[in-house]
Amino acid sequence: MNQASGVAFQVLQSVLVVLIAPLVLGWVNQCRAWMQNRSGPGIWQPYRVLNKLFHKDAVLAHNASPLFRATPYILFGCMWLAVGIVPVLATSLPFAPAADVIALVGLFALARVFISLAGMDIGTSFGTLGARREMMIGFLAEPAMLMTLFTASLISHSTSLVTIVQTLGQSEFVIYPSMAFAAIAFLMVLLAENARIPIDNPSTHLELTMIHEAMILEYSARHLALVEWASSLKLTAYITIGIAMFAPWGIAAAGDWTGVPVALGALVVKLAFAGFGLALLETVSAKMRIFRAPEFLATAFLLATLGMLIHFVLEA
Amino acid sequence: MDLSSLQPIEIAVALSVIWIGLGCAALAAARRTSVILDLIFPAGAAVGLALAACGFWAMNAPASMLVLPAGLPDLPFHVRADALSGFFLLLLGSVSFGISLFSSGYFRDAGRDEPLGLLGLQYHVFLASMALVLIADDAYLFMVVWETMALSSYFLVTTEHHSEQNRRAGFIYLLIAHLGAISILLSFGVLHGGLGDYTFDALRRAELTPFWATVAFALAFFGFGAKAGMLPLHAWLPEAHPAAPSPVSALMSGVMLKTAIYGMVRVIYDLIGDIQWQWGLTVLLFGAATSLFGVLFALMQHDLKRLLAYHSVENIGIILIGIGLSMVFIGSGHPVAGVLGLIAGLYHTLNHAVFKGLLFLGAGAILRSTGLRNLNEMGGLIRYMPHTALYFLVGALAISALPPLNGFISEWLTFQASLQAPILESSVVRSLVPIVAAVLALSGALTGMCFVKVYGVAFLGQHRHALVEKPRDASGWERAGMLWLALGCAALGLLPVFMLAQLNNVSIALTHASLPPEALGSGWLWLVPTSAAQASYSPMVFLLVIAAVVGLTFAVVRRFYHGRLRRADPWDCGYPEQTSRMEDTADGFGQPIRHVFAPVYRIRREIPRPDDPQPVFRQEVEDRHWYWMYLPVARLTEFVSSHVGRLQQGRISVYLLYSFVTLIALLVFVR
Repeated sequence: MNQASGVAFQVLQSVLVVLIAPLVLGWVNQCRAWMQNRSGPGIWQPYRVLNKLFHKDAVLAHNASPLFRATPYILFGCMWLAVGIVPVLATSLPFAPAADVIALVGLFALARVFISLAGMDIGTSFGTLGARREMMIGFLAEPAMLMTLFTASLISHSTSLVTIVQTLGQSEFVIYPSMAFAAIAFLMVLLAENARIPIDNPSTHLELTMIHEAMILEYSARHLALVEWASSLKLTAYITIGIAMFAPWGIAAAGDWTGVPVALGALVVKLAFAGFGLALLETVSAKMRIFRAPEFLATAFLLATLGMLIHFVLEA
Repeated sequence: MDLSSLQPIEIAVALSVIWIGLGCAALAAARRTSVILDLIFPAGAAVGLALAACGFWAMNAPASMLVLPAGLPDLPFHVRADALSGFFLLLLGSVSFGISLFSSGYFRDAGRDEPLGLLGLQYHVFLASMALVLIADDAYLFMVVWETMALSSYFLVTTEHHSEQNRRAGFIYLLIAHLGAISILLSFGVLHGGLGDYTFDALRRAELTPFWATVAFALAFFGFGAKAGMLPLHAWLPEAHPAAPSPVSALMSGVMLKTAIYGMVRVIYDLIGDIQWQWGLTVLLFGAATSLFGVLFALMQHDLKRLLAYHSVENIGIILIGIGLSMVFIGSGHPVAGVLGLIAGLYHTLNHAVFKGLLFLGAGAILRSTGLRNLNEMGGLIRYMPHTALYFLVGALAISALPPLNGFISEWLTFQASLQAPILESSVVRSLVPIVAAVLALSGALTGMCFVKVYGVAFLGQHRHALVEKPRDASGWERAGMLWLALGCAALGLLPVFMLAQLNNVSIALTHASLPPEALGSGWLWLVPTSAAQASYSPMVFLLVIAAVVGLTFAVVRRFYHGRLRRADPWDCGYPEQTSRMEDTADGFGQPIRHVFAPVYRIRREIPRPDDPQPVFRQEVEDRHWYWMYLPVARLTEFVSSHVGRLQQGRISVYLLYSFVTLIALLVFVR
C-alpha cells in the first residue's frame, strides 16, 4: 500500500513539474519585462507558443539523420527523469534510489551530448558553432556541478539527493561554510547551463553570441516544441535542485502526506522568489564575451572544489 | 583422462597452446587467404570465448597451479590461475572474441600482396603470450612471455613497414617497452630478496625492509607504467596505435595495456603485499595527471586513431586513480574502502577494454571503407554506414561516461571511493582526494566534448571529402565483432551488480577484505557500493524510465497532434550557400580547449602575411614531453654512447687487456 501510494505520488509529482515548467519560464520572462518597463506577454505565453508549435507541420532538412529526429524525444525524456528524481514536494520517492546526484549530472550530460550531436547533424555552420560552444560551457559546468553536489554529499554522507534533503532540511539549523561556496558555484552553473545572461541570451539570434539557439536552429514545429519544453524543464530542474540543497525547508518528510499541501505552498513561493531573482540577475548584468565564459565557469569550478576542501578543513 | 579433475589452469594453458597452433597453421597456409580468414581467425575467436569462460571459472574456483615441463633444466615454468588472473583472462578472452571476428572481415582485401600468413602467426602468438603473461607464476616465465608479447606486437605494429613513419613508431614502441621490461626485471630482482628462487610464491614469502619494498614498488610502477602508457612514458602510444592495423590497435589498446595493469596489481597487492599509503598517493597523482593530460591531447587530434590512443592514456589514468585510491585506503588501514577503489579500478579496466576495442574497430571500419583516418576529411558517414555509426555511438557514449552504459558505472564507483575520503586520518591526503575527484570530473566532461567532436565531425554533417565511390558499411564479420563489443558495453552498464560480486571475489583473494554484506545483498537491480543510505544507482530502472517517458511523449504527441512532416533545404538563418567547408573541422571544434589550456600545449603557428597571394595557415600542437624529457635523454644517450665507443678499438689484444683488468679488479674488490 505504502509502496503503491509512493509510486503514485512520484508519478503525480513529476507530471506536475512537467506541467508547471513552462509557467516558471513565463514567470521569469514576465518579471524581466516588468523590470525593463515593458508590459510583457503574460505568464502563460510559453504555453501558447508550445501549442502553436505542436500544431504546425514539421520541416526537416533533406539530410537529417534519424538521430536528429530522435533527439527532441530523448532530451525531453532525460529532463522528465531528472525532475522525477529531485525531491520537489516530498522525500518519499520510490524511484529516487535509481539515480543519485552523480547519475543526475550524468543525465544532464547525456542530454547535452545528444543536443550537441543534433546541432551538428545537418552540417550547417551555425549548428556546429552552437555545438562547439555548448560543449565548451559544458566541460567546466559539469564538473563544477558535480563538485557542488559532492560538497552537499560530504555533509550528509550520501550521494542520494533524498538523503541530502533529509539531512540538510530536517535537522536543526546549522551553518555550513562549505555550502556558501557551493551555493555561489551552483548559481553560476545554473546560469551557464540554462543559457541565461551573462553566458548566453535566450532571447537573441545574434550569431556572435548565441549558443543554445544556434544548435536548435534547424528544429521546427513539434520537435522545437519538445526542445523548448525540455529547456524550461531543465531550468525548473536546476531551480528545484538548488531549492533542495540550499533551501530544503518545507519539503515533506517520507510518509508524511499531510505535509504535502504545505510543501506545495512553499514550492510556489520559492519558485516565484527564485524566478524573480533570476530575472533581476539577468536585468542587472550584461552578457559576457564568449571567451570570458570559461573564466566564469572556471571560477565556479574552483569555488565548488574550494567548498569541498573547506568541508575537510572546517567541518570534518 | 578424468574430466572432473580438470582445473582452470590446465584449460588456460591448453587454450594458449591452441592459439599458438592456430598461428603456425596460418603460417603454413600463407598462400590460401580464405583458409586464414574463414577458418583460422574465427577459430581464434572461439578460443577467445572459451578462454573467457575459463577465466570466469577461475574467478569462482580456488587457485590452481601447474608446473610445466618446459623452460631451462632445473628452472621449469610455473603457471597459476587465481581470481585475479581469471578476471584478466575473462577480459582477454571476451574482448579478443569480438576483435578476432572483426579481423576475419577486416583483412579480407588487405591480403593480396601483404603476408597474411605472417600476420596470422604474429596475431595469435600475441594473443597467446598475453594469456601466458596472465597465468605466469614465476618471474622467469613472466619475463619470457612479457618479451614475446612486446616483440609480437612490435611486428604487428610494423605490419605496414614500407612506411618510414611506421618503422619509427615501431622503434619508439620497442624502446619504451624495453625500458619498462628492464625496470620490471630489476623489481623482481629486488623482490626476491636473495633467496635464489624466482617463483611468485617465493617472492610473496620474501621479507623486505620498507626501503627495499619501496624500491621494488617504484621499479614495478615505472616498468608497468611504461607499458600502460602512463605519463610521462606515454609517448609510444599515439605513435604505435595509428601505425598498427585497426584490429591490432584494438587488441593493444583494449587488452595489452591491461596486462600492465594486471602486472601492477599482481606485484603491488600480491607479491609485495604490505602496501604503504605513500605509494598509493604516488599512483593517485600520476593517475590524475595522466587522465587530464590524455584527454587534453586527445582533443587536439584530427587523426582518429591517434585521438583514440590519447584516450587510452586518459583511461589508464582513470584506472590508476581507482587503484591509487584503493592503495591509499588500504595503506591507512581502511580495507573496505580500499576494496571499493580496487573494484572501481578493475571495473574500469574491463570497461575500457570493451569500449576502446569497439571504438578502434569502428575506426577500422571507416578506414577500410573510405581509406580515411583524418577526421577533417570525413563527415556524414551515418548516411552510408548506419551500422558502424550505431555501434560507434554506443562506444562513444560509453567512453564519455554517460549513463546507462558501462563507462559511467566505473566512474561512479571511482567517485564513490573518493567520497570515502573523510575516514582518512591525514588531512593532507584527505584534501588531495577531492582534488583528484575534481580532476576526474573534469576529464570525464572533456571526454564527452571530445566524442561529440569525433562523432559530429565523422558521422554527422556533410561529407568533406570528394567521394570517389559511396562508402560501404562494414561487412558481416566486422559487424558481428562490433555488435559483440557493443552488447558488452550495454551488459556491463545495465547489469553491474553481477560483475561487482565477481570483482569482490578478486579483492577477497588479493586483500582478504570484502565489500560490506549490504552492498552485495541488494539484489541484481540496485548497485550499492557500501550501503543503500549512502549511494545507490540502478541503470535498469534508469533506462526503463527514460524509455517509457520517451515512448509516452511520442505516443501523446502523435495522438493529440499529428505526424506531418515536410522535407526542405536546411534553414541556417536563411543563408542559401552551405558548403561542407563551412562546418567545423575537428581542429575547429577543439579550438576553445586550445585557447583555454594554451599553456599545456606547445603550439607552432604559421600565419601568412596579409599580402600573401597564396596564404597557407599551418598550426601544429605538440607534446611538451618530447622537448623537456625525451629529446634531452636521447641526446644524453648519444653523447654517452659516443664516448663508450672509444673503448672499442677493434684489436683483440685490447679486448684481452679489458678482460685482464676486470679480472684483477674483481679479485681485488670481491672476495
